[in-house]
Amino acid sequence: MIKARIIVTLKNGVLDPQGKAIEGALGGLGFSGVGSVRQGKVFDVELQDSDRAKAEAALKEMCERLLANTVIEDYSIAIT
Amino acid sequence: MKSAVIQLPGLNRDRDMIAALTKISGKAPVTVWQTETELPDVDLIVIPGGFSYGDYLRCGAIGARMPVMKAVAEKAAKGVMVMGVCNGFQILLEAGLLPGALMRNASLKFVCREVKLEVANANTAFTRGYAPGEIIRCPVAHHDGNYFADPGTLSRIEGEGQVVFRYAEGTNPNGSVNDIAGIIGEGGNVLGMMPHPENLIEAAHGGSDGRALFEGLLGKAA
Repeated sequence: MIKARIIVTLKNGVLDPQGKAIEGALGGLGFSGVGSVRQGKVFDVELQDSDRAKAEAALKEMCERLLANTVIEDYSIAIT
Repeated sequence: MKSAVIQLPGLNRDRDMIAALTKISGKAPVTVWQTETELPDVDLIVIPGGFSYGDYLRCGAIGARMPVMKAVAEKAAKGVMVMGVCNGFQILLEAGLLPGALMRNASLKFVCREVKLEVANANTAFTRGYAPGEIIRCPVAHHDGNYFADPGTLSRIEGEGQVVFRYAEGTNPNGSVNDIAGIIGEGGNVLGMMPHPENLIEAAHGGSDGRALFEGLLGKAA
């Protein structure tokens, strides 16, 4: 079995109002010096396959076709 | 005009859309469940609003991958009129039938109110019932209506007249770029819009500004 972690984040230049709100809340809690906060998503995926190359290809396709909206989001895949 | 309304779990404005289409066209639309792989022979396919799949992952993301959407894409490619309202717009974008994306409202709040819309392009099958630049009233109800497209896409759709509705008179409720409220695809037969024209079609709604959209379509497809 292969375990992977996929991280989906907003592309640079795409406004992230949720990240902005979190950034403001951190400031409100007294954390000074927070430059910026960007919110993203994490997917932990378990694959029954044990072939690493095949798994990587499948995970990439999952990102392209569903997990990320590549109009606004980037993704990274880490097989653990 | 023969029409079809797509139904997915979590969509909740389908009844309003069915009522509007029935009242204005005089014919009840066919309803089509998400698992269907073929669509009946109709002039107009509508994806109504709501919260398909609970807005999980991204609004419209899962609904856009259901079997029926492949059939919708095939019909759209053949020139059949397709219209998505609110969650329906989100689904059309997620399905790649329209360019861009809809993001969380800039205010981070769900907005449910009336806005003003400018008819930015009255020379389309969907807007021919309006005068160019006409300002109409229309209700909105959404959490993710903040339209975004990369600069290249934006200048292309602006240049091609694909922006058909804009929020007017300072009523942009979501931070949408260029006040974009509704766009059409390159072929001119696919419309996506966040506001709900089906909810302003008769006196009981407090106005009928949305009616001309359906009547214009009727003229085209009658």
